Parts: sequence; C-alpha cells; structure tokens
Amino acid sequence: MGFEPKRLWLLSFAIVSVFLAYLMTSNEYFSSKNIRRTLPVLFAIFGIVFLGPVSAFFGGLFGWFFGWFFYWIYEGGYRAKLHPYLTSGQVLWYYSFRVICGMVFVFLIAPILVVMPLSFNAQDFFTFTPEMLRLDPAGYSLKHYQDFFNNSDWQRSFWNSLIIAPIATIISVSLGTLAAIGLSQSHVPAKRAIMAILISPMIVPLIISAMGMFFFYSTLGNFMENTLGLDKNLVGYVKVILAHAVLGIPFVIITVTATLVGFDKSLTRAAANMGAGPLKTFFKVQMPLIMPGVISGGLFAFITSFDEVVVVMFIGSASQKTLPWQMFIGLREQISPTILAVATILVGISVLLLMTLELLRRRSERLRGLSPG
Amino acid sequence: MKFTKTVFATAALSLFAGLALAEEMTIVSWGGAYSKSQLKAYHEPYTANTGVTIINDESAGTAVPKLRAMKEAGNLTWDVVDVEAGPAMQLCDEGLAMEIDHDFMLADAPDGTLASNDFGDFIVSDCFIPQIVYSYTVGYRNDMVGSTPPTSICAIFDTETYPGKRSLKKGALSNMEWALLCDGVAKADIYPMLETAAGQDQALAKLDTIKDDVIWWSAGADTPQLLADGEVVMGSTFNGRLFALIEEQNQPVSMLWDGQIYDLDGWIIPTGLSPERQARALHYVRFATDTQRLADQSRWISYGPTRASSALLVDKHAELGIDMAPHMPTDPANSTNTFLMNYAFWADYKDDIESKFQAWLAK
Repeated sequence: MGFEPKRLWLLSFAIVSVFLAYLMTSNEYFSSKNIRRTLPVLFAIFGIVFLGPVSAFFGGLFGWFFGWFFYWIYEGGYRAKLHPYLTSGQVLWYYSFRVICGMVFVFLIAPILVVMPLSFNAQDFFTFTPEMLRLDPAGYSLKHYQDFFNNSDWQRSFWNSLIIAPIATIISVSLGTLAAIGLSQSHVPAKRAIMAILISPMIVPLIISAMGMFFFYSTLGNFMENTLGLDKNLVGYVKVILAHAVLGIPFVIITVTATLVGFDKSLTRAAANMGAGPLKTFFKVQMPLIMPGVISGGLFAFITSFDEVVVVMFIGSASQKTLPWQMFIGLREQISPTILAVATILVGISVLLLMTLELLRRRSERLRGLSPG
Repeated sequence: MKFTKTVFATAALSLFAGLALAEEMTIVSWGGAYSKSQLKAYHEPYTANTGVTIINDESAGTAVPKLRAMKEAGNLTWDVVDVEAGPAMQLCDEGLAMEIDHDFMLADAPDGTLASNDFGDFIVSDCFIPQIVYSYTVGYRNDMVGSTPPTSICAIFDTETYPGKRSLKKGALSNMEWALLCDGVAKADIYPMLETAAGQDQALAKLDTIKDDVIWWSAGADTPQLLADGEVVMGSTFNGRLFALIEEQNQPVSMLWDGQIYDLDGWIIPTGLSPERQARALHYVRFATDTQRLADQSRWISYGPTRASSALLVDKHAELGIDMAPHMPTDPANSTNTFLMNYAFWADYKDDIESKFQAWLAK
C-alpha cells in the first residue's frame, strides 16, 4: 500500500524528464535559456493545482533546479570550468566527489537543522504537525522560547551553567597549561606515566569517574561543610566546578603539548639572556606563542563542562542543576519542545562563540604579521 | 583582561546572591505536568507563606538507588521525596525513610477527622504520606482503530482487530497483571498466581503473543509522544498524561478506564536529616497534604486526592475550566473494572519478577 505513491512519483518524474529532453532537443525555443524561466512557472502552477499554495513555492524551487540542471547537462556546462583534457570518467568523479562531500555534510548537519523548525512548534510534541507542513502561521509559535525565559527551573539551570563552566574552564586552563609546560621539559622523570594519569579522566568511562568522584567529593564536601563551616550551596558549586575542571584538564594538556612541539626553546634562553626572569619570559614570550593551543584547549574544556550531564548528576544537588541536566530531565519526563528551543539557542551561542574566536585569531595573526590577512 | 574580570565579578556576585537566599529545601518529584501541579498547589503557596525557597529535583525515578548512595556517602541533599507506594515500602524496610506518626504529624480534616481515618487504607506503610491515586491505563488513536474503538483492556492483546504497534511499560509492573487478566485469570487470582513461577511464565507467554508489536517505554512522556506521532495505535501510560494529551493538547486520542491499575504516590522524608531540616520537611508535608491542598492539586492534573475529605472539594480545572471529577480515576463511572496494585506483593517480588521480565525482553 505504501509502495504505490512512491512508484507513481518515480514514474511521473521519468515521464517529465523524457518530455523535457524531447522538448529541448526538438524545439528551438526550449533549447535556449528559456527553459530555465519556463520550468519554475510550470512547476509552481503544477504545485498550486495539485497540492495547494505552499507547494507552489517548492514547485518553483524544483522547477528552478531541474531547469538549471537540464540546461547545464544539455549545454555541456559541466565541462566549462574543468581542464579540457580530463576524461569523462574523471569529470564524473569530479562531480560525484562533490556530491558525496555534500551528502556527508548533510548527514552531519541535518539532525541539528531538524531541531530548529520543531522548536517553533505550536504543540507540545516533537512532531511536524500538518499546520507546520502547510507553513500555516497557526502551526508555529514562540511559546517554547517564552517557557525557557519564564520558567524558573530553566533559568536557574542556565545561570548555573554560566557560573560553573567559565570558572571550571579557567581552572583547567591554568593547571593544564602549567602541566603541559612542565611535561615538555626534558629533565622531568616518568613523563609518560604522569601524562597517562593526567589524561585518564578522558579515557576512563565517564560513569566510572562519576561514581568515584561522588564518594570522593561527598567526603570532601562533608569536610568543608562540617569542619570548615562553609555554606552548603557554596560547597555544592565548588564540588561541581572542581570535578568539571578535572574533566577539562586533559583537553588543555593535549592541545598545549601539541603547540609546544613547534615552540622554539632557544627563544626562552634568548629572553633569559636579555635579563628576563622566568615569569616574564613565560608571559611575554612563551604564552603569546602557545596561545592558540591554550585557547582551543580552553574551548574544549568549556564545552566539556557546558555539555556534561553524568558527573553533575552524581555530584551536584538540585541547586547546582546545569542546563544539560535540566535538558536530560525534560527529555525523560516530559519530551517538551522547550528542549528544542534551548538547543536552538545553544547552537546559536556556539556558532557565535566559534566565529568570534576565529575572527580574533585572524586578527591577532594579522597583527603579528603571520598572515597577509 | 577586562572581560575576565567581568566574568569573575559576575560569577562571584551570583554565588553570593545564591548564598543570601537563606532557607531552601530540595523536593524530589517526577517533573512534567505532575511537578507543575505540585508547584501550583503546594510550592507556590508554601513559599508565599514561609519564604522558604523550594528547589525541584526531578529524580524521583531513581529515588531508591540514589537515596542508598546518599546514605552510603553521608551526603543527603534531599529534604522531601515523592515516591510510589511500592518504593516507599522498600525505603521504609531499609531504614532510609523516616517513620511517620500520621495523626500527630499531619493535619486533621476540616471536620476534625484524624488524618489516619481521613487517608484510611491509603496509608500503606509507616513511612508513607499519601498524596494522590493515579492509574496505569491505555489510550488509543481514534483514527487508527477503525469503526470499533476498543472498550476492554484486552484490546492490547488483540492484534487482529487492532493491528499496529502498541507501547507498553518496559517493566513487569502493569504488564504482568494485564497479561493474566486477558488470559482469563480471575482478578482475585492474579497476584497469588504471579507468586508462582508457573503464573509468571503464563503471563510472559501471553506477552509473547504481541512481543513483536510492542514499543517499550521507560518514561511517562513516551506514550503521549508516540500517540501524538501516530507511531502506535495504543499505549499504556498514567491517566494524567492521557488527560493532558486529550484535553490540553487536543490530540485525536481517547482513553480506556477498563482494567486500570490503581497505584498511590506520596511523600517520604529521608532519615538522617539534621533536626532543623527535618522540622522544615515535616512542616512542609503537613501543609502540602492538608485537605484543601490535596483538592487544589486536582485542579491542575487528573489524579485523585487520597483524603476522603478532599474528594468533596474537587473542582474545575484551573486553566481549562472543565469539571475534574469525571476525569478522576476514582470516579464511580470510571471504576467499574479496576484493581488496586498490590504494593506488598510488588515490594516482595519486584526484584525477582523484574529480572525475569528483563531476561524475557532480551530474548
């Protein structure tokens, strides 16, 4: 039963293609660029007649694409920009390669893109309603965004994430950078063993780390609360921040170690030769040069903390509920599109963050004359 | 540098702002529409009266293992926990939940009836403070059942009349009872039979007949989503979820009351709280389970209050304005063919039957 419409589509598609090919080869008018103007209109009318007004838009889009495609094939446009000596096989591969790359791209991005229209759903389900598919404004609403901004649970968890992630990042960047620099010195004994221990949080399954951390930080937390007399909430934040810093350190160590490989040691000796102390040498000479590694390590550490749900559920109490925790709960208990609204906002933030960093990086490269900019 | 400073300053400020909020308590519940009903009926008025901030932790689904781990680590972060009757008995047996003197610690009914009489049989354990009656029941897509919509719970097993996927709880609870009921076992014999290996095998054999047609759910929100998508023709879930799906979301779905399995949900207070936290937890629970508060909750969700005195006060839905009484699982019209979950049975047999069920599921 479900098979029939598909067959029908294929059949009509084949008929249309053959018909177009016939038109283009037999008729002077259609073999020119006119086909590119006529087809969208034809398809749009077809869409209105058979499926309704919204289909006109998609019909026009299809028409534009097929018009362009057939014209492109017919005129031999596919060879225009390539070297004339390529064989047909090579030309075919040239385009197949691009199509495959495009498909990989779609495969990676599509799940994220699907989320965005769904987050404007007027209903409380992860479903494309008929109204949405008809592009009827009644099928869309901003209520899930309103829910995110008005719901105290979501706001609290959002702010918790904004408190925990940056502080954890600063801790892991400082400790990780220091560790990487230390480990790059030739006189440090048992370098590999130390390195293995430091990056173990990245390798050990998270749930096992989380279980161990739960007991470790419970004892630590009890000590801080009972012996040092600190506030319960503050202790909660400290525990989660420390745990996230531990998870972020391996990323910083790895990226900074990688940049240190290309770092010319004679520069520090030159600085020392000119009378700079170790601290000054570090901040004025070494730090600026390994900055890209530090920043990307920091970015990873930030994302690790911002994304982390397992450890925080073990260690944190509900007052430290972070955004991923809230999303996880929402997904398990409610399946509310508010999660999709939050996801869309987070995707937006990530894109902005990465773009800003990339712009900053280019700017600094330009300023240092490393690239023509 | 300026940016870093700003971040530091903001973070520090927010931390201290958090500290300034003096009194807080963490209440564990289920999330979703249920937590919303508690927020409206209990938390908001309580905070308005006392100034205590209530933090919601929606971890009730893992309450038992988490409380065990918290006790082991000596790090109790929960003040009041919402659990079903079965887990409450389990927690009580393990000494993780505090014993309650219901008459002394809970409010009397407005006419002076003692709490233990007002709650009656719903006090199933010394640690359990009853809150609501809910039920496991089945909803179906109107447009997928043809001209003969189901009237009996056994439609679940009738794949000939109602072809298509059905969603059932990924667990023994509710499925084992329905399987035996639809295999012709009399209601009174179901739990005695489930105590025996032969009875358990019979139930699983009945479930075997539809195993290929089942999508197993693990969260209360799954079945409503699957029904809204039209992925399943019918599915079991909690009656409140179906109410929300039908009345609030206006989905083309109807529900069965036939064969509904009643279960109870209520509060427990963990043992090992500091005296002032325990006093606050008791103060909250006394407020949240008084006659008016329990009746108020039914204005937000279609779960029945456990106090006899609250049943008389059940009113219209707070937002939709529809009469809530006919949507209560305990309404006489809805309770012609029902059974009460045997908590004592499940408290004793749950671990065994559950592992048998999961093994069957994996086959």
